[in-house]
Amino acid sequence: MSGHSTYQPQSPFMQWLEKRLPIASLVHSSFIAYPTPRNLNYWWTFGGILTFMLGVQIITGIVLAMHYTPNVDLAFNSVEGIMRDVNYGWLLRYIHANGASFFFLAVYVHIARGMYYGSYKEPREVLWILGVILYLLMVATGFMGYVLPWGQMSFWAATVITNLFSAIPAVGNPIVTWLWGGFAVGNPTLNRFYSLHYLLPFVIAGVVMLHIWALHVVGQNNPTGVEPKSEKDTVAFTPYATVKDAFFIGLFCILFAYFIFYIPNYLGHSDNYIPANPGQTPTHIVPEWYYLPFYAILRAIPNKLAGVCALGLAIISLAFLPWLDTSRVRSANYRPLFRQFLFLFFITVIGLGYLGSQEPTGGYVIAARILTVYYFGFIWVILPVLGLVETTKPLPKSISESVLGNGVSAPASGA
Amino acid sequence: MTAIVSAEPTRRDFLFIATATVGAVGAAAMLVPLVGQMNPDESTIAAGAPVEVDLAPIQPGQIIQVFWRSKPVFIFNRTANDIKAAQDVDWQTLRDPQPDSARVQAGHEQWLVVIGICTHLGCIPLPHQGNFDGWFCPCHGSQYDSSGRIRQGPAPLNLPLPPYQFISGTKIRIGESSQA
Repeated sequence: MSGHSTYQPQSPFMQWLEKRLPIASLVHSSFIAYPTPRNLNYWWTFGGILTFMLGVQIITGIVLAMHYTPNVDLAFNSVEGIMRDVNYGWLLRYIHANGASFFFLAVYVHIARGMYYGSYKEPREVLWILGVILYLLMVATGFMGYVLPWGQMSFWAATVITNLFSAIPAVGNPIVTWLWGGFAVGNPTLNRFYSLHYLLPFVIAGVVMLHIWALHVVGQNNPTGVEPKSEKDTVAFTPYATVKDAFFIGLFCILFAYFIFYIPNYLGHSDNYIPANPGQTPTHIVPEWYYLPFYAILRAIPNKLAGVCALGLAIISLAFLPWLDTSRVRSANYRPLFRQFLFLFFITVIGLGYLGSQEPTGGYVIAARILTVYYFGFIWVILPVLGLVETTKPLPKSISESVLGNGVSAPASGA
Repeated sequence: MTAIVSAEPTRRDFLFIATATVGAVGAAAMLVPLVGQMNPDESTIAAGAPVEVDLAPIQPGQIIQVFWRSKPVFIFNRTANDIKAAQDVDWQTLRDPQPDSARVQAGHEQWLVVIGICTHLGCIPLPHQGNFDGWFCPCHGSQYDSSGRIRQGPAPLNLPLPPYQFISGTKIRIGESSQA
């Protein structure tokens, strides 16, 4: 979809530069003239929000790294120093800590939008898989970042998560020792987590570029799931998409700012303000909210190896959606049955999140098992079968028909 | 550039393959330091030397916690009831079947020495909790009996036994087995 740039450098300098590095025409064709479907709704602004949040996390993270000390004896106090002594340190840390939550909030909306409108379907499989890789990188980065303050939750989260690898038969324990660099989570573990937590955001930024590249090759999906057929179906990225994205980023930031300034610790755990103690496990260990659904799946299964496999499979399964969903109709707006099963799936994920935050006893375990069955059942059974048996609603002939109604010719410029 | 197509392998083919092989071996050899640096170093291993624990102050029924190789080790001075409960269980039906006699040293049935790390995901179980007067793991609800054996919950194995030996009637050294 890119490549038909109409960019003509005006000034002599830009003409000179264009012959040597055509970066201005690349930006012009990718972010100015790039055609976007004219019917995109606000759910499509979350890609922009995610890019914005990645920038926020990298900038605040680099600044925090200037004041943080990755050593088991000093880490906790250096974070307290950031909170109490460093100029505006409290603000930067609260932005970074809540930023992780809002990054995940945005990615969950982004994934849900992709599922609802069938954005993973041919020809966007690679785009989707890159997205799953990005999500996995985010999970790893978020986990290692949570370890750095070296509070009780940091230490025990590191212990529990690294121990997931001990479920691997035969080589599990040597792998865990290798991950720790010792006989337990300790200073070597903290140091390597700090190194990787600094590295991975830049890996994410690199994969984001691939993600955007793939997006610009196949073009954006849209609420009808019908590909743009003529120029009437699209509008230019600038100003239409940029202004719409900027407006919604503004709204998103209002909510973000509310958390930062009014309830900065609402999403955290008070136990993490107790320095790490390798001799005592907190009475109730829970991960950050954005991991809770997967944590619930882990705990729902009474066998260690099977639980760990289910946890991994729950995320990896998403990468297979392009082939598991057999329907050729993309958008759930035209798939009444799929729409209901999908909303049930969303409720299941939220329900698993709630159960993951509760004590693993009695009815909670049974409920988590039922929801786990639906989670996998939806992806591996319902999706493939539904595409073969479902009667879909008729699709509009084009995007402009769905927007402007039948037989009405589009005005020359966008609405 | 002109491609020279020849049916016979040439001297140049040999040089290409030889160069690529040396390069690949060199790159693979770099994996040794790059992977090895993450394993525990000698100072970490040396800090894991055996520790001696005096058992005399531990009261009957008391569980104390000491550290060996940064891992918590529970030492349980079991009462007669605890020992009897541990021995009377039909151990062959347990998830990780072990008789109580395999969990303690002969002649020292009173003393249970186990590594205090839940075999599920590494939390530290709480002593004297749960249904078996052993340990209860607060993370995911595993329960261990007075012999440190897994009885209920997601953990797959019994609490592991560290190597240790009695160096006198009331003193043990953790980190050395009696055979050594």
